[in-house]
Amino acid sequence: MEPILQVQNLNYIYSQGTPFEHQALMDVSFSVRRGEFLGIIGHTGSGKSTLMQQLNGLLKPTSGKILLDGKDIWSDKKLTRQARFRVGLVFQYPEYQLFEETVYRDIAFGPRNMGLKEDEIDRRVRDAARAVGLTDAQLQVSPFDLSGGQKRRVAIAGVIAMEPEVLILDEPTAGLDPAGRAEILGYIEHYRKTHNAAILMVSHSMDDVARLTERLLVMNGSKLAMDGTPAEVFARSDELLEMGLNIPEVTRVFLDLKKMGLDVEPVYTIGQAVEALKKLKGGAAVC
Amino acid sequence: MSEIISVEHLAYSYPGVDDTPGVAVFEDMNLKVEEGSFVAVLGGNGCGKSTLAKHFNSILLPCGGRVMVCGMDTADEERLIAVRRNVGMVFQNPDNQIVANVVEEDVAFGPENLGISSAEIRRRVDNALRQVGMNEFAQHAPHLLSGGQKQRIAIAGIIAMEPKCIVLDEPTAMLDPRGRREVIDTVMKLNREKGITVVLITHHMDEAAKAQRVVVLHEGKVAADGTPKEVFSQVELLHSLGLAAPETVELCWELNKQGFSLPLDRLGEEECARLLYDAVKTQCPGGN
Ligand SMILES: Nc1ncnc2c1ncn2[C@@H]1O[C@H](COP(=O)(O)OP(=O)(O)OP(=O)(O)O)[C@@H](O)[C@H]1O
Ligand SMILES: Nc1ncnc2c1ncn2[C@@H]1O[C@H](COP(=O)(O)OP(=O)(O)OP(=O)(O)O)[C@@H](O)[C@H]1O
Ligand SMILES: [Mg+2]
Ligand SMILES: [Mg+2]
Repeated sequence: MEPILQVQNLNYIYSQGTPFEHQALMDVSFSVRRGEFLGIIGHTGSGKSTLMQQLNGLLKPTSGKILLDGKDIWSDKKLTRQARFRVGLVFQYPEYQLFEETVYRDIAFGPRNMGLKEDEIDRRVRDAARAVGLTDAQLQVSPFDLSGGQKRRVAIAGVIAMEPEVLILDEPTAGLDPAGRAEILGYIEHYRKTHNAAILMVSHSMDDVARLTERLLVMNGSKLAMDGTPAEVFARSDELLEMGLNIPEVTRVFLDLKKMGLDVEPVYTIGQAVEALKKLKGGAAVC
Repeated sequence: MSEIISVEHLAYSYPGVDDTPGVAVFEDMNLKVEEGSFVAVLGGNGCGKSTLAKHFNSILLPCGGRVMVCGMDTADEERLIAVRRNVGMVFQNPDNQIVANVVEEDVAFGPENLGISSAEIRRRVDNALRQVGMNEFAQHAPHLLSGGQKQRIAIAGIIAMEPKCIVLDEPTAMLDPRGRREVIDTVMKLNREKGITVVLITHHMDEAAKAQRVVVLHEGKVAADGTPKEVFSQVELLHSLGLAAPETVELCWELNKQGFSLPLDRLGEEECARLLYDAVKTQCPGGN
């Protein structure tokens, strides 16, 4: 099956020709299948947010191509506009995304722009709000009177209300409490399954991407440095540390266990760690 | 012992818009912070952490009760500058805190507003940049630095005001693992070496585990208060409040559900590894 999204030899230069000129993306290529859950990690300033903003046509490549369903999103105005709706982007800083007088109107903004009917908009706003854990009462308040974590939920709801085929989330759990994090991540996974949507999630949490994603892209100094399964990527811990990244906390605990002489395979999630230790304990009990 | 911050029967509601009632965040909140301590504050989204922090340097004023900082009532208008000089704030988004085009000018901004002589400012800026390990960057453009570096510049700007207490409201939320480590190491060093009181609001349990004391807020009240080991071993309580323990403790807790019987106070990776090693090595039948 054809990938939903293809990124080909993408280059992007900020403020070209000024003293602030900065090449934020260098020859980046990868593709994404429908239904795939992709994690994007990389040091601050490595180009993650810049890359994400290319994918829905918010920033135009300096060179290279973005293909959505095989078609270049910049080849025709209609396709560029479509990309905004079909590829939904939740910004890293929700403040940049919230501007309406009430939470309701903020969430309704995207669907309204798509030209949907009023009752369909209403359904989508309420579904999306409920999905991210906002109450009906909160729909009527100003988004600026909410706490940090509540604002983030509004920003996420506003994008999923457009029901995009590709959902991009730039640090969706920054500022969320642990229950909120689990709830939102659970919802994103649910959205992926029910809509067969591709998910691209930028995150600084190695624990989160290890648990959720099937494939990781690692950005380093404007370049795509790695592209592989979490196991493949986290096996290269020395390189990751060098890049300012890390490996999941349970993975580090298991590296310690190995150093102490236990015969353990690397693990990346608590679930895997529990299974491995249960087996070992079972083995010891036989002794 | 003396307390640098004392929150006494604090009541606070945000004013309502039009004729809607305001949001009551605190009705009777009480908390004391010891001078020189390092306190982490945890709590679910919207429980009032930022609202509380804003009371520490008179950004918000109590509707009832009072907040004392270094013996001064934060509601006393005449003491406003003195309160702000004693308690500095660092916020989540490093970009929003940068005000100048050169790092050292950015750091000098706070003390300049305090009306300090330029020679003294020079000394403070150099000193502050050294303390956060950024003196080599004095002439750099702050917006070209990494997130962790920007956040250290923001901290330097606060240090240059020579406060007795630094309050950090989710300072690492947008940082990569190295940046997070840099910021936490920096505040720990300031606390240890300079005796600066640190109040760290965070959703990262591994950061809170490094504090001397962890305070958990819930519905405008203190729901738990103790050393990291004391607080984080109450895994069920934390879960019921929408919080979690560090991954190491969560792992042990999951293992206990599977028939292990591990203590829940090994927060560090190494101590956790040692505990697990002993558990699988020495475990024999009868043990379960
Ligand atoms: N308008 C601009 N002009 C010049 N350089 C810019 C501009 N916007 C961003 N940059 C630079 O481009 C680089 C990539 O930025 P980007 O925001 O994509 O990084 P990121 O990987 O998302 O980082 P973070 O983890 O901090 O969010 C950074 O070095 C940044 O300073
Ligand atoms: N400017 C405001 N006007 C009205 N209500 C507000 C305002 N700021 C915050 N609130 C409300 O006050 C309560 C406490 O908010 P606060 O920002 O202190 O929470 P928090 O614990 O810092 O949460 P988070 O972890 O999400 O940052 C929340 O219910 C929030 O909606
Ligand atoms: Mg970014
Ligand atoms: Mg807050």
